[in-house]
Amino acid sequence: MRAARAAALVLALAAFAAAVAAGADALAGRVAEPVVKIDRPGSCVEPTAVMRRDHMKLLLQQRDRTLRLGIRDTRHSLKNCVECHADASTGSVLGKDGFCESCHRYASVSIDCFECHSPERQARVAERK
Amino acid sequence: MNGSRRQVLGLGACLAAAAALAPGLRLIELAQARSPEEAASKLQRWGLLIDTAKCGECDDCVTACHEENGVKGHGRPATDSQWIRKVNLKDKRTGFAQTLPVMCQHCEEAPCIDVCPTGASMRRADGIVLVDKHICIGCRYCVMACPFGARQFVHEKTTGQKADVPRGQGTVEACTLCVHRVDRGEEPACVSACQRDGGKAMTFGDLKDPDSAIARRLKSERSTALRADLALDPGVRYQGLS
Repeated sequence: MRAARAAALVLALAAFAAAVAAGADALAGRVAEPVVKIDRPGSCVEPTAVMRRDHMKLLLQQRDRTLRLGIRDTRHSLKNCVECHADASTGSVLGKDGFCESCHRYASVSIDCFECHSPERQARVAERK
Repeated sequence: MNGSRRQVLGLGACLAAAAALAPGLRLIELAQARSPEEAASKLQRWGLLIDTAKCGECDDCVTACHEENGVKGHGRPATDSQWIRKVNLKDKRTGFAQTLPVMCQHCEEAPCIDVCPTGASMRRADGIVLVDKHICIGCRYCVMACPFGARQFVHEKTTGQKADVPRGQGTVEACTLCVHRVDRGEEPACVSACQRDGGKAMTFGDLKDPDSAIARRLKSERSTALRADLALDPGVRYQGLS
């Protein structure tokens, strides 16, 4: 009797675990993973881990140095980011598979930079004229 | 004393004078374009001199400015941005007409900076007055405070901005004296256009460099500030205004 009950419990637990796993799979399928497409391979201006965590800190620091002090080194500038990371086909960091937008959409964090700044590689802007 | 001995003595004196100065110390600051890593310096003050006698009917400066800075209108003159405009003056009694470009006058005592509640209106060390759009809340106090009507509010969503000239809805903007070009060692787009296609009425340069063309002309020729009564000490000065 006791053995039968234990077996039933194990079965129930297994079924529950399977259901959870299936649910997680379904959830993962529903949310599109960010597309990290690197068209220009090579090393970024900082190690990947630093860029993932601190890219906004670097950008905020750079913007104040550029605007207020007139220091225009390009290492951490938004223009430099866009020049390298803009999609080869669209020429932009925005769009569904855009380097900035796909990740920010996944993390549900809005990007305000491109309300004012150009999200496009400059060569692309010049071409359109 | 023969020639060669004299030369040797002269060389020695030069070397002694050079050694007396600490390394890196210059008697006269070198006038040259800054390197990108170098901050704007208060040893310079950028300014414009506009000769209204040479300023004709064209609006090449306006076209060049709006092209350079990606300023596009929406066909609504009441709200479209004007970073620079041509102003026509006419003496009603004599009929004498003048025309002149007016833009941000890059004042030393700028009213727009005084009234800004967030510190977005700011003046760089080299005298260029800018809006930090990152912290501009679009209150438009500066638009009201500027006696030259230079500040513009961006009413509509902007697209297709230039990489060097970000523009965005809900913030205030104005002539930047083409700060991105000045930092590269170039002159503003309006001045280039005026020199190339217009009446050569505009001169750009460093007001603090006594050897610059603009400083030499300001020293030797009569010029005036717009609304001189306000004593704002603008970086833009005019000649031939009556």
